[in-house]
Amino acid sequence: MTRAALEDAPLSPLRVALGRFAANRTAVAATAVIVAFVLAALAAPLLSPHDPAEADLFRRLQPPAWAPGGAWAFPLGCDSLGRDILSRLLYGARVSLLVAALVIGIAAVVGTLAGLAAGYLRGWTDTLVSRLVDTLLGFPYLVFAIGLMAMMGPGLHNIVLALVYKEWVFTCRVVRGETLAAREQDYVEAARALGCGSAHIMLREILPNVLSPVLVVATFRMAYVIIMEASLSFLGLGVQPPTPSWGSMVADGRDFLVDAWWVSTLSGLAILSLVLSINLASQGLRDAFDPRLHQA
Amino acid sequence: MTASRVLERLLQTLPVLFGVSLIVFLMITLTPGDPVEIMLADSRATPEQAARLRADLGLDRPLPERFLLFLGNALRGDFGLSFFHRRPVWDVIAERLPATIELTLAAILLAILVSIPLGVAAAVKRDRWLDRALSAASLFGVSLPGFWFGILLILLFAVTWGIFPVGGRTSFDLEVPRLTGFLLIDTLAAGRLDAFGSALRHLALPAITLGLPTAALLARVVRSSMAEVLTSDYVLFAEAKGLSRARVLGRHALKNALIPVVTVAAIETGSLLGGNMIVETVFGWPGLGRLVVESIFARNYPLVQAAVLLYAVTYVTLNFAADLAYTALNPKVRL
Repeated sequence: MTRAALEDAPLSPLRVALGRFAANRTAVAATAVIVAFVLAALAAPLLSPHDPAEADLFRRLQPPAWAPGGAWAFPLGCDSLGRDILSRLLYGARVSLLVAALVIGIAAVVGTLAGLAAGYLRGWTDTLVSRLVDTLLGFPYLVFAIGLMAMMGPGLHNIVLALVYKEWVFTCRVVRGETLAAREQDYVEAARALGCGSAHIMLREILPNVLSPVLVVATFRMAYVIIMEASLSFLGLGVQPPTPSWGSMVADGRDFLVDAWWVSTLSGLAILSLVLSINLASQGLRDAFDPRLHQA
Repeated sequence: MTASRVLERLLQTLPVLFGVSLIVFLMITLTPGDPVEIMLADSRATPEQAARLRADLGLDRPLPERFLLFLGNALRGDFGLSFFHRRPVWDVIAERLPATIELTLAAILLAILVSIPLGVAAAVKRDRWLDRALSAASLFGVSLPGFWFGILLILLFAVTWGIFPVGGRTSFDLEVPRLTGFLLIDTLAAGRLDAFGSALRHLALPAITLGLPTAALLARVVRSSMAEVLTSDYVLFAEAKGLSRARVLGRHALKNALIPVVTVAAIETGSLLGGNMIVETVFGWPGLGRLVVESIFARNYPLVQAAVLLYAVTYVTLNFAADLAYTALNPKVRL
């Protein structure tokens, strides 16, 4: 194809959206921070200066390197058991990101399928799904998760379950709405006239058209899920020691606020930076994908 | 607002309440592990005693029957005995409730008092700087883990500067007789201004932790709602009549601009219920949220179950109330 032909060819909506996203400097910078967190989590065994579980009471509450009494061998200082905070933050990132990715991934698939079925098939499927969605929305999120964790017991596996049980609802609501609108569109009419089955219409015709809202919902919900995991871990209902998680690190430091501000402060700062970056990136994504907002 | 509209919303709410109760019932029932064994874990009960307890709790009956039993008891406020306290669950909860309500009301009041002037100022002045600051603040508000925000406030205002106490509800030497359980009321009723001041100072940091992120969110609602109202015909007309700026804003614009704010505030109050558990834990606030967290570790399941149900019912009711308020206040929605 010649250069002129390329320029004349209409851009796909996805490419237009990605172009808008790339022009948003804040969103791109936020994405870079997220990528840095992911890489740090993946490379935690390589980057960590120490074993995150290695305790040494001689280093108990050692301050960060720049403070008096600190040492560069333990750049961000040590916690109440003398464990290296930097290494624990790096390994803690794995828990936060793993839980967020699993919860959001599973919830997006379940929510999308349920939303498609409810919106396209209508009838009793819609009634059943909508009733379930309304009921789950009747619980404050944290209360629901705490209630489930109380019954199931702590642990990584149970956190993911407890959060997925409610999280799929948000994707489902959006997809159901989009599907209800798509149902009346010409392309769906045409597919039906051609004799396509319901499964084919839902998965091949409607699904590609609802993917961008699913992506937008998934990113901004991910920020929320990270805070939920950290909150559960803070309460002691999350992953159990010796696995480090940011929420439990903040809880550990709470008892030593007077002597060692850095334990709670630094781990909380890690949560805030990651969650803030995800929120900024998702805001950029929303602006890029939603032309109505873009024009406004 | 017509009665049929209220009835219609009520009919939508009832199935949700039923569903919520069913889920709370299933939460404990479908969990692996025999509740009786857990209850008797630390005691030297004989198998006969265990069997009797199982029968007393109705655990030997079929599931649907047990759910109906649970629902019937719940409607009468009977949630069984709290193992740990050896008293009815509801009594234990009722004792802790005023502390939680006091904190929640203080937080939402703070949020409203902060957000309305900020939001109105941003809308009226069309100040880009203030507008951006509000957007940034609300982004921060949703990104800030509540437990960490609380700890940061303790670190600064209690540990470093000593302006506010670290935690608790009042100083031990300033206790007053319990009338309502609301300390701010009880201390005034006892005529103890020193105790009132102490209660207020203890309330400050937890209320800020809960209320400030909510304020950021509410301020944006106020701003956009006010901005919309300011361009409406009746405001333009009021201005054309030559009414003063303050009168136009106060009497005409603000009244209508606050309609969506009432709704969002009611819904946010519901969301604060979850945040309560965190904030009460951080500040050692003797309310329901902390009781629930303690009960989880004490494996006091009937109490956790009752509290989760209470939270959910309150949440659904607040949403229902928010919807009714919106309909009642907004002449456009009136049928």
